[in-house]
Amino acid sequence: MADGLILEALRITRHGAPLVALDRAIAPGEVLTVMGPSGVGKSTLLAAITGTLAPGFRAEGRIWLDGQDITRTPPHLRRVGILFQDDLLFPHLNVAENLAFGLRPGGTRPDRLSRIEAALDEIGLPGYGPRDPATLSGGQKARVALMRMLLSEPCTLLLDEAFGGLDAALRQQMRALVFDRARDRRLPVLMVTHDAEDAAAAGGEIVRLG
Amino acid sequence: MPRDGLVRSVPALTLLAMLGPVLAGLWGTVLPALGHLPAAGETGLSGAPFARLLDWPGLPRAIWLSLGTGLAATLISLGIVALIVAGWWGTPAFRALERALSPLLSVPHAAAAFGLAFLIAPSGWIARVVSPALTGWDRPPDWLIVNDPWGLSLIAGLVAKEVPFLLLMTLAALGQSDGARSLRVAQALGYGRVTGWLKCVFPRVYAQIRLPVFVVLVFGMSVVDVAVILGPTTPATLSVQIVRWMNDPDLALRMTAAAGALLQLALVLGALCLWWLGERAAARLGRAAVLRGGRGWADPALRAGGLLAGAVSALAMLAGIAALFLWSVAGFWGFPDALPEAYSLRTWTRAAPGMADALADTALVALAATALALMLVLGCLEAEHRSGRALTRRGLWLIYLPLLLPQTAFLPGLQTLLLGIGADTGRAPVIAAHLVFVLPYVFLSLGDPWRAWDVRHGRIAAALGAGPWRVLWTVRLPMLLRPVLTAAAVGIAVSVGQYLPTLLIGGGRVATLTTEAVALASGGDRRAIGAYGVAQTAAALLPFAVALVVPTLVWRNRRGLHG
Ligand SMILES: Nc1ncnc2c1ncn2[C@@H]1O[C@H](COP(=O)(O)OP(=O)(O)OP(=O)(O)O)[C@@H](O)[C@H]1O
Ligand SMILES: [Mg+2]
Repeated sequence: MADGLILEALRITRHGAPLVALDRAIAPGEVLTVMGPSGVGKSTLLAAITGTLAPGFRAEGRIWLDGQDITRTPPHLRRVGILFQDDLLFPHLNVAENLAFGLRPGGTRPDRLSRIEAALDEIGLPGYGPRDPATLSGGQKARVALMRMLLSEPCTLLLDEAFGGLDAALRQQMRALVFDRARDRRLPVLMVTHDAEDAAAAGGEIVRLG
Repeated sequence: MPRDGLVRSVPALTLLAMLGPVLAGLWGTVLPALGHLPAAGETGLSGAPFARLLDWPGLPRAIWLSLGTGLAATLISLGIVALIVAGWWGTPAFRALERALSPLLSVPHAAAAFGLAFLIAPSGWIARVVSPALTGWDRPPDWLIVNDPWGLSLIAGLVAKEVPFLLLMTLAALGQSDGARSLRVAQALGYGRVTGWLKCVFPRVYAQIRLPVFVVLVFGMSVVDVAVILGPTTPATLSVQIVRWMNDPDLALRMTAAAGALLQLALVLGALCLWWLGERAAARLGRAAVLRGGRGWADPALRAGGLLAGAVSALAMLAGIAALFLWSVAGFWGFPDALPEAYSLRTWTRAAPGMADALADTALVALAATALALMLVLGCLEAEHRSGRALTRRGLWLIYLPLLLPQTAFLPGLQTLLLGIGADTGRAPVIAAHLVFVLPYVFLSLGDPWRAWDVRHGRIAAALGAGPWRVLWTVRLPMLLRPVLTAAAVGIAVSVGQYLPTLLIGGGRVATLTTEAVALASGGDRRAIGAYGVAQTAAALLPFAVALVVPTLVWRNRRGLHG
């Protein structure tokens, strides 16, 4: 199987009734945009890929990531990164600890600390490590959440209306940040959005559900 | 998710820990009640135990006392709570009352009862404050206020203790029903706030606090420690009499006790049926009232009455505890003086050695039972989370079951069984018995906040590579530190307050602050009672202070955790 994220005849049912189906391959560095009315099952589709479907939902078909079948892999071993509209930073950890939670294990302590500091630099928040996440602005939180995910070195990127909570200027900035990083790292991206501008900025294929 | 045998087996284990002793105890009650008690040299079937129970001249009165005090205490507590919330919810007065009543929830029943007795007795604090100026008394009047034959002071003691419980349960239920907006709509339609609330919010709230109300009813009908302290003596309530028979050196009387325990169970079931009929009647009356469309002419009086009753019940408890404390440090305190003439620590130094032993036993049993309960409950909630199967209605009833059966119905049987297999000594059985009552409260306290946690935090953590155990230990538990500690405090308070399980299962060899305090009831040494009551209250309250302070300190720099 080829690299990238491949949804092979993926079908999700709720209590036996079909909800959504998708059969697509996303090559490394490409973006697939999924749009559709509220409630058609866009978030559910992403939950199937992360392996965290709510009870009552079932996924059929297969999910391949970089040539490996991850359909039955436990969520924490899938290397599927996801961003929601809410940043979901852990409120009990400071900014640096949130990043450390994401950073792959291994390396010495000073080495890890310097990688976290470099990551903060990269998102324009140098020195923000000891801050309480609750004291950051919305845009700052979004950047920390993005960086936390990237530090876990995912092999694909899922965006569930990830730019929904930001105002227009910030939105554009975040989009550029995410898509640039994804392209650099050659990550396949699956983006769920309601916003046509998001889709245009992504530049990839658009699927409409429902 | 990986199959996790350990976590999956916890719910079954929890049910066993909770219901095993209950079922065994009921079994151990049925056999002697039917005349089978090898320890007393009796085997086989006979009607003798019930015959002897019926021969007890106090029986009819004891039955009426049990029914009357239980039903009255429940009705009055529920009424007060409904009026307070209907009239004052959302106002500053309500917040003040709530703040005064919440800590009182954890005050052990025995301490609250002693406090009330110290207030309302003919020689109590109230009489002292108003004498001789208002009454002209220079000696306490010869009135039977405490231990009155009608059980009125028993009812008062129960009400004072159950109002905080039902109020907190109501507040939790209110959080889940859209009460505020309903009330606004009702008010816009011209309803007074009490009538509007009673007509459109109360039915929803009541449906959610129904099980706690049943718990109050069952408890009120069968309580032993409060009845020993405040209840009538000739005859005593049925539950008190059962315990007397159990503690009699004549083993044959245990069979009479067992027969009484079954009768107590039948009474409780009968009262629950009666309550259920009352619910239906109240629902009909309520529907009729809705149809009439009355906007509530009596609202101002009901409002004032609710606030007054709530304030009196909170004040009575606070003043009672203050009275306990005063007596524990009082030197000479002659009758009509409002305050002691002198203060001294003599009572405390005199009681210290025994109290230290009792405190050690109390702490050991409470900490062990609470630790076990927390592990089981966290395991159950985690299993629920991982399997995605939420607690069903039937599951909720099972959790409440140990609280819906009178303690006097199954603890005597449990003791008899343990006696039969020679395991009636030591602390382990006492801890297991406490666990039966600690578990439901810990479960009920932790369940809602645990489920309210945003599971997307767990999904994000998993997407970042954290397995289910790491998510539990490094994300969920730290974020839920406050509710976990609060649940632990609830568990400790419940254990500290237990009287009957310690007394019966401990076989007199495990002495906690509560058993020691209640044992002092008959002696009338007010100073010692005061000291033990204060110690008991402190032991139950301190963990709440810890649960309040620790998360505040640990998370002092984390604004997101102080919702
Ligand atoms: N945990 C759950 N339990 C039961 N049903 C759910 C759950 N999550 C979602 N659903 C249902 O599944 C369907 C699809 O929901 P989903 O969240 O995937 O929609 P969506 O396309 O993401 O909508 P939106 O654009 O509003 O986010 C909806 O009908 C929703 O009610
Ligand atoms: Mg969605």
